[in-house]
Amino acid sequence: MTSEQSTSDASSQGAGSDRPPPVAKVVRGGELPVAPLRQRISQGLDPRMISMLLALALIWVALEVATHGLFLSPRNLYNLSIQTSAIAVVSCGMVFVIVARQIDLSVGSLLAFTGVLTAYAQIRWFEGVAAGWVLSIAVGMTAGVAVGLFQGWWVAYRGLPALVVTLAGFLMYRGAAFLVAEGQTIAPLDETYQRLGGGAAGSIGVGGSWLVGALACAWLGWHVWDTRREQAKYTAEQAPLWLDVIKVALGTVAVGAFVVVMVSYPDRARMDDAGNAPGMGIGIPVLILIAVVAVLSFLAHRTRFGRYVFAFGGNPESALLAGINTRLLIVKIFVMMGILSTIAAVITTARLNAGANSIGQFGELYAIAAAVLGGTSLSGGSGSVPGAIVGALIIGSLDSGLVLLDVSSAQRQIAIGLVLIAAGWFDVEYAKWRSK
Amino acid sequence: MKISRGWTLSVAALSVLCATNMAFAQTVGVSWSNFQEERWKRDEAAMKAAIEKAGGKYISADAQGSNEKQVADIENLITRGAKVLIVLAWDADAVLPAVKSAKTEGIPIIAYDRLIQDKDVFYLTFDNVEVGRLQAQGVFKKKPAGNYVFIKGAPTDPNADLLHKGQLEVLNPAIKAGKIKVVGEQYTEGWAPEVAQRNMEQILTKNANKVDAVVASNDGTAGGVVAALRAQNLVGIPVSGQDGDIAALNRVGLGEQTVSVFKDARKLGESAGTVAMQLAKGKKPKDIAGTATWAEGSKKIPMVSLFLKPVPITSDNLDYVITAGWATKDQVCKGVTPAKAPKACK
Repeated sequence: MTSEQSTSDASSQGAGSDRPPPVAKVVRGGELPVAPLRQRISQGLDPRMISMLLALALIWVALEVATHGLFLSPRNLYNLSIQTSAIAVVSCGMVFVIVARQIDLSVGSLLAFTGVLTAYAQIRWFEGVAAGWVLSIAVGMTAGVAVGLFQGWWVAYRGLPALVVTLAGFLMYRGAAFLVAEGQTIAPLDETYQRLGGGAAGSIGVGGSWLVGALACAWLGWHVWDTRREQAKYTAEQAPLWLDVIKVALGTVAVGAFVVVMVSYPDRARMDDAGNAPGMGIGIPVLILIAVVAVLSFLAHRTRFGRYVFAFGGNPESALLAGINTRLLIVKIFVMMGILSTIAAVITTARLNAGANSIGQFGELYAIAAAVLGGTSLSGGSGSVPGAIVGALIIGSLDSGLVLLDVSSAQRQIAIGLVLIAAGWFDVEYAKWRSK
Repeated sequence: MKISRGWTLSVAALSVLCATNMAFAQTVGVSWSNFQEERWKRDEAAMKAAIEKAGGKYISADAQGSNEKQVADIENLITRGAKVLIVLAWDADAVLPAVKSAKTEGIPIIAYDRLIQDKDVFYLTFDNVEVGRLQAQGVFKKKPAGNYVFIKGAPTDPNADLLHKGQLEVLNPAIKAGKIKVVGEQYTEGWAPEVAQRNMEQILTKNANKVDAVVASNDGTAGGVVAALRAQNLVGIPVSGQDGDIAALNRVGLGEQTVSVFKDARKLGESAGTVAMQLAKGKKPKDIAGTATWAEGSKKIPMVSLFLKPVPITSDNLDYVITAGWATKDQVCKGVTPAKAPKACK
């Protein structure tokens, strides 16, 4: 909010301007002057996020109208939430990668490798073993972490550009995915494991969904209250109370609406003979995504690791001079990416009920696009995890929403490309406007 | 002039060697594009057996995915005395110079599985249009009327369109008569199963689940389709595929997929060996049984070609892949309940 701050400074000092000196502020005993309302309001809002949400709303309304009420039906929204989860998980990690001025082109191939490996371990090694699917995920996760260490080491300790290392990875892990099962598709997978994909019995039902919704609202309220308390403690500028109240209210309505929609989609797999089916509720992949977002947001804002990533991305040299172990930091980021790719691989294979080496194609590009759409700057230093989720939702909505309209894949690719250009253009204009 | 004399000597020695070679056996040279891929090993074994059975000799080279190496490989195979060449082209255009030099030596060439566009090349492959026809027939037999969905292959793969062409050949009369209504049709980028799954989900949403049959172009996309059907409790409607993937054959056993069109790599290898030996013994390409003139390549060059018929695998002939040694009974019949088991699983 540099622009607002500088204008208010100028007007309060009144130096070098024709304006009449500001009316003397009433300073009550020991209290600091309160900033103008406009400034405090804009401090409580993120214009980038708001414009993204508006764009998403616009796309949804347009698709809803074009599909004659099909797009915003519970069924389509449930499917959309599941279809978007895997890429959304990876794009959250991509935010950290790009913030730290790196890039990861290996995500899609790595997803295929860990996916096939997990499926292979499940069927060939742990078939009939109790909770074998858990062990198989552990195998996939180990591979994901190992790959992350490998890539991170080359980038951080051998000084290769991340572009080169992960481009090599893009080729290698797809090949490795082929070699694991010699090109075979591995199916079917464990019944319990399949639930992680959000298909049949892949959701938490009505009661569970309301519980998750209530917890989310409670957290939102607490978070806003806690932030205000912290700000008060350090006598930082605060957004007006009414604005925060509105934010929490809107958040609660959004969460409530989400839960209502999810529970109103009937679960056909549990339909009784009379044709009555209980509500699906929130899909398990979405729960996984929520957990990932929670952990990553916590990492970004509340831990040294998160602060270091942003510090390094903002200015690598000064981060190094400040004594941050920047090499280790890079390795950690790539390991995190390996873990997230494996989580996405688990969701994808569980959903498909198969491990195939052709999964995850273009995954890296969609993840980068989602992060960039969500306001992550390719020059490093800034980005947000919730933004990436909105970005992934925009891409997912266009990609799957346009299929409802019988739009061909070629035209869909063009549509998504144009949206990316529009977002990039918005970024440039917004940066100009801010620096004025 | 010492070097050149040595050179001449070695060439002479080589030709003597070749001559003796030819006296004993007809040598067939095979240039592989990229032997790394698992499937070519199955082709090779069958090819070698067919050549040796007919009294020939098998020699080969692997281009390892390099255009330059393939050109050099082919020249090398000629030097080693190949009377016939079987070429699996890495790049159908880049290999043309080597094809030309083989032609000047009077050596017949078989384009194996991948098209090489030259009027003197013998083209041997599975008939992709036929695969499409068999897919549509398998589904059509179970569901001669109703709402159909086409899940096509990758938009970048010419085979995807050949397959779809064959599918339409079979279904067009019923579509024109209004018996079959096409309610969804999408390409699948990169043949990726999860893309097929998402597209199928959207098509089901669009049609409120009123879908009666799905013509999917391979087993990977069929897997995505079946996963989408399962979430809507619709598993069991006719679904097609191709490749004879183990997972797909298992689905056929379980009744989740109707047909997987099987292109037996060993059949292709075997006929390449047989055709090569006939050519080596001086038979004219046109006189080989089953050949036809084909000019459907992008350059529309008429070529003598032999298309092998793929085999549609359904629950009725699942034992075909088991007796062929392609898959085991355990793999195909995994999870099949005895009451509903096809005869191959009993």
